[in-house]
Amino acid sequence: MGTFSFGSLLRNAMAGHKDWPRQWRAPDPKPAYDAIIVGAGGHGLATAYYLAKEHGVRNVAVLEKGWLGGGNTGRNTTIIRSNYLWEESEALYDHAVKLWEGLSHELNYNVMYSPRGVLMLAHNIHDIQVFKRHVHANRLAGIDNEWLTAEQAKEFCPPLNIAPGMRYPVLGAALRRRGGVARYDAVAWGYARAADRLGVDIIQNCEVKGIRRDANGAVTGVETTRGDIATKKIGVVAAGHTSVVMSMADVRMPLESFPLQALVSEPVKPVMPCVVMSNTIHAYISQSDKGELVIGAGTDQYISYSQTGGLHITTHTLDAICELFPMFRRMRMLRNWGGIVDVTPDRSPIIGKTPVPGLFVNCGWGTGGFKATPGSGHVFAATIARDEPHPIAAPFTMERFVTGRLIDEAAAAAVAH
Amino acid sequence: MLLIDCPYCGPRPEIEFRYGGEAHLARPHDPSTLSDEEWASFLYRRSNPKGRFAERWRHVHGCGQFFNAIRDTVSDKFACTYKTGDAPPDGVAP
Ligand SMILES: Cc1cc2nc3c(=O)[nH]c(=O)nc-3n(C[C@H](O)[C@H](O)[C@H](O)COP(=O)(O)OP(=O)(O)OC[C@H]3O[C@@H](n4cnc5c(N)ncnc54)[C@H](O)[C@@H]3O)c2cc1C
Ligand SMILES: [Zn+2]
Repeated sequence: MGTFSFGSLLRNAMAGHKDWPRQWRAPDPKPAYDAIIVGAGGHGLATAYYLAKEHGVRNVAVLEKGWLGGGNTGRNTTIIRSNYLWEESEALYDHAVKLWEGLSHELNYNVMYSPRGVLMLAHNIHDIQVFKRHVHANRLAGIDNEWLTAEQAKEFCPPLNIAPGMRYPVLGAALRRRGGVARYDAVAWGYARAADRLGVDIIQNCEVKGIRRDANGAVTGVETTRGDIATKKIGVVAAGHTSVVMSMADVRMPLESFPLQALVSEPVKPVMPCVVMSNTIHAYISQSDKGELVIGAGTDQYISYSQTGGLHITTHTLDAICELFPMFRRMRMLRNWGGIVDVTPDRSPIIGKTPVPGLFVNCGWGTGGFKATPGSGHVFAATIARDEPHPIAAPFTMERFVTGRLIDEAAAAAVAH
Repeated sequence: MLLIDCPYCGPRPEIEFRYGGEAHLARPHDPSTLSDEEWASFLYRRSNPKGRFAERWRHVHGCGQFFNAIRDTVSDKFACTYKTGDAPPDGVAP
């Protein structure tokens, strides 16, 4: 398959780019694997990669009902940050940010990680109090996050409107300088290629329809649209479909699945220097390297697997964008889509073992799991390989809903891109 | 946007309503006897199905009443709405 380098680029340029090899194989499923990952999104592919790379578990299959990266990984607005409130979350998300920094080298694939700064706007007294509390909590944990006045925010992001007469005036902002964006396709493809090179079978168009178990309840394999496959370890990383897959093993999850929408504009020259997010009025915006404005909206209020959402949700977000950035009012939007996000009661993910022996789950990332992709795969692989939670993942078990030790990131915002 | 048939007021746009999540989760009669495990099920675990689903809505910007609905979570189409306390009509229950 070859390694990407300046030399390979030059050679292929001379050959008219006609000789680039396939980036990963398209294998048929084998009868049995040491571990099976359900879902080839970023998190599932990263899990398989770290299983093979760090734990020597190479006889692994990743089963995907559609095409790899076609779930939320390929539908998200790619905001990366780690300024969460609680120590458990700070450790988890910052673990991911540290991995992002070296990821292109690690995978030999340019994931276009761009830490251009994430500005979170405060529009009312509650926002100011919550964000300042976050800033202090983060600084105690050694995570950069600083408080800016409205004028300083405008200096950092000149297109921002801070006029006092706005419906939701900008009263200040929290700035996370190490936050930013990455290219979602490249993340899925980079992990897929790197995992494939280590021997992992990525099997697309293969939907898991059932989970087989022995007399003691332990898993023995999966039933799929491409036949039955035996295994003793299954890692479910199915995002919005987690409840559906887990019900195949009679596990009822503390999850609800909602549509979350995003849209992009026509491409223009560079105008947005950073990422701006407003949880209060549900507007998230950055500019892609192609020049499109990438805009995230809020979730619909009802459970749905439709992968579309109500139009009033996106128009509400566009109202907010137009007020925050009056210069974008005449821009045309080109595409609008939805993804199905799996939301937990405390807005923190679930990573770990389940009551079923051999069955592991990594889910509940809801509206904000892209940022965690490398860290999530890394700690989940360790959990599967050692059959005990990785220390960073330990607080995120399902048992927290029984013991009451919730990690309540919902207190700050219902949406956490 | 969904068009929701309030059993008290008739069809109205979704923005007049607030979602109430899964229906028919009865609050335990004697909470003090519940184990932590049972509490977790009542408070947090949900069926979250792909397909027919019984859910609660509240007509907050109308009559203010809670009611139930059966909706398909893939097509988002409602099979019916019915009053709280009633059983779903025959043949549409999930
Ligand atoms: C519009 C939108 C905007 C977002 N914005 C952000 C953001 O700015 N920042 C951020 O950090 N996060 C964001 N997120 C959240 C983020 O996208 C997700 O948390 C993350 O991508 C989840 O990754 P994943 O690999 O777990 O899921 P996915 O990429 O959804 O992968 C799960 C895969 O499982 C497969 N699958 C499901 N059932 C089966 C089955 N039975 N058999 C086989 N395969 C199956 C699916 O087809 C899918 O490919 C956003 C999400 C959306 C929808
Ligand atoms: Zn009514």
